Amino acid sequence: MLYGATVRSRIPRGRIKKITFGPAVDWREYVVVSAQDIPGKNYIALIEDDQPCLADGAVNHPEEPILLLAHPDRHALPKAVAAIEIEYEALPAIFSIDESERKDQIIWREDNIFKSFLIEKGDVDGVWAKADYIVEGEYFTGAQEQLYIETNGMIAAFEEHKGITVWGSLQCPYYVHKALMALFGLTEDKVRVVQTETGGAFGGKEEYPSMIAAHASLLAMKSGRPVKMIYGRAEDMAATTKRHPSRTRHRTAVSKQGKILGGEIEFVIDGGAYATLSSVVLSRGTIHAGGPYYWPSVRIRTKAVATNVPPHGAFRGFGAPQALFAMERHIEKIARTVNLTSDEVRRRNFLRPGQTTTTEQVIKEPIDLVKLLDRGLELADYQAKRKRFARQNLSSARKSGLGIGAFLHGAGFTGSGERYLSSVVGVEGAADGGVTVLVSSTEFGQGTNTVLCQIAAQALGLPYDDVTIAQPDTSEVPNSGPTVASRTAMVVGNLVASAALGVKQTLIATGKLHQNYTAGEFRAACREFVATRGKLQSLARYESPEGIFWDDQKYRGEAYAAFAWAVYVAEVTADLSTYSVTVNDFVALQEVGRVINPVLARGQIIGGVAQGIGFALYEKVEWRDGRMANSQMTNYIIPTSADMPTIRVFFEELGNQHGAFGAKGIGELPMDGPAPAIVNAIEDALGVPFDSAPLLPEEILSVMTSHAANAESESPAGVR
Amino acid sequence: MTTSRSAKCEISFSVNGERKSVRVYPMERLLDVLREELNLTGTKEGCGEGECGACSVLIDGVLVDSCLIPMGQLAAANITTIEGMASNSRFARLRDAFLECGGAQCGICTPGMILAAAHLLERNPAPSFDEIREGLSGNLCRCTGYIQIIEAVAEAARRIGAK
Repeated sequence: MLYGATVRSRIPRGRIKKITFGPAVDWREYVVVSAQDIPGKNYIALIEDDQPCLADGAVNHPEEPILLLAHPDRHALPKAVAAIEIEYEALPAIFSIDESERKDQIIWREDNIFKSFLIEKGDVDGVWAKADYIVEGEYFTGAQEQLYIETNGMIAAFEEHKGITVWGSLQCPYYVHKALMALFGLTEDKVRVVQTETGGAFGGKEEYPSMIAAHASLLAMKSGRPVKMIYGRAEDMAATTKRHPSRTRHRTAVSKQGKILGGEIEFVIDGGAYATLSSVVLSRGTIHAGGPYYWPSVRIRTKAVATNVPPHGAFRGFGAPQALFAMERHIEKIARTVNLTSDEVRRRNFLRPGQTTTTEQVIKEPIDLVKLLDRGLELADYQAKRKRFARQNLSSARKSGLGIGAFLHGAGFTGSGERYLSSVVGVEGAADGGVTVLVSSTEFGQGTNTVLCQIAAQALGLPYDDVTIAQPDTSEVPNSGPTVASRTAMVVGNLVASAALGVKQTLIATGKLHQNYTAGEFRAACREFVATRGKLQSLARYESPEGIFWDDQKYRGEAYAAFAWAVYVAEVTADLSTYSVTVNDFVALQEVGRVINPVLARGQIIGGVAQGIGFALYEKVEWRDGRMANSQMTNYIIPTSADMPTIRVFFEELGNQHGAFGAKGIGELPMDGPAPAIVNAIEDALGVPFDSAPLLPEEILSVMTSHAANAESESPAGVR
Repeated sequence: MTTSRSAKCEISFSVNGERKSVRVYPMERLLDVLREELNLTGTKEGCGEGECGACSVLIDGVLVDSCLIPMGQLAAANITTIEGMASNSRFARLRDAFLECGGAQCGICTPGMILAAAHLLERNPAPSFDEIREGLSGNLCRCTGYIQIIEAVAEAARRIGAK
């Protein structure tokens, strides 16, 4: 086996003038691959065909792959990478949403815009005249690294008659399959993708594994030997995707009673240099921008723009955490403006059954958000603690505060997405009488394997141990869709249940099983069926439920088959000697349909809250000319066990007619609420508004300093 | 890390109670020798700079990050990896408690966490919640948010104490 390495761009934008292979290395020992070695089309097939697999003459972001090297000794690779000198003709680069919007430099197609959406509901233009207050705000969130503890990695092998096989750490086997087919010009039977045990993903292994699989496969094809490519931590952090940075502007018409009359929301995300998944991330952000509130009228304009940084991509929450951060900060500003408490303003504006969302989806489930909020506040002992903190804060340099995050998260693909995916799931009765679930849905810590086996076992009335799940391997399992969008338990789980029932019905219809059977009788019937008739397999394909309407042009209709709902309450203490913030207590209350597995569900919530705490307080990407300067765990800080507060998790269960045994998606939900709840709590503690996340001590100090300076210049007489 | 190509040397040490002798560069990382020479792949690499603890092992009973240990320091050392924990009396209870409490999600940090937990319980058989929090703070986990790991260690300690 050979080891592979990637030669990457050191500049953000420019033309490649000359590549020199330095004399210190004996290049005959190395396999070298360039764009010229690509047999098919030089792009990573996903949505747009704009991202090259290897740069061919031009680069558009730092760390863009240019050449690939392979060698039998992996210790021989770093010096070879360093010995390759690339001369560029640098071009002016852009690094922020503002610069991209100015269009001084056009770096992507005609206008730097990957995608834009417009939602219009009611008569927004007529609402301003009726408003008692018009509340405006601008909010920002930064990039966030997924930081799965296992870095990206892939092994590829190529044989003339079998084609390509790759084994790797990945979320979506069929995404990789599609990308390799286009890149090599191979038919689907000549590309095989196998997911191996995957050490965390969180969206970070949704699209980038296609790139690494492509690179390892090119080296394998050229060398004729298997090639292993494992990214080091610094390479993984600097070169692969992160959460999209965002800017959101709200302009809201509000009545004296604190009711939202209507408003305009502008939501912009920085997509980096290529389109990748930005349009889909933007879509989810667009639909979540109005939060869990009723908007009689609203205009939501959103866009994903290009910059010369490595493409941003999927990360748990997928656009919703950014948009909801802004909404939940803005609702606090509305409350301040109308002089009501923010919990009361939320109560007055919560969506109720029968009302419509911003996309005019009618809320049909009996969700009572006022009750959910009241229970969340009670669990947090909110009112009593607020009074106590207000008193204590007067005489202490350690200021405590409480903050609320109220939100919703749509489960499954947006709009018509699930219909286009048309996922297929198989359940097989095996020769030994056991049952196997066949899906391309992958396990990367969130519990896919456990939950899907549990669903099949429950559907068949069998003990859990009688059901196994096949390794995701595109030559063995049907395409059950990507493992993303909180869709696995709800959508794929539902298909697993119906495919499992198909196996049972076949056994009953062929007279091998009675309606009321024991596990032993089921196993015997399976064995007999397979021995006498051969393969016992049942497939189920997704069919969109009736009465679901979605207009992709106007972005109107039933955006999601189900929403999960939540109220989170954070308690923080900010220390005015260090400006550091600690989270002391955290209440996470959510309605998730039905909890399929209580231990795993609680683990999803706590894990998501921890990532949300990082997003709010610690995790800041330092950019230098489009490159991540802190691409190490030493200087990009995630929460440790010592940083974690008590996290108290509570579930409400209303069921869901579209999900397996009433389940809704929950994987992404807990990422949405912590950042706004924590920043709201910091504002409560310090009495100063903050508009961005993450809030590191230096940001808190800087905002407080400028706030104090402004207050002084605005009220020279010390009045107000 | 650069490894000198000129001076491989013979180093003898004990891994999980077995005598081993390897011919390696003195600056080679223990982590790589465990995984590649000795096929002990339960020890994981997360960061390569001693931040995450995924590569934790015990050297002469001390918990260390094997990505930071050059082979040249290990003559006659006694090393315990996760594979060697099977014979540790605390292991079965830790394993069961991790499974029952949801202490593992993707599993990549788990070998290091188990070693850190066993090491903690060795020194402190009945740790408080905060002591567990502190004792595991050198091992990063991105999936669980730690609470269920801390609960698992507390539960294992309770069971070990009750036996």
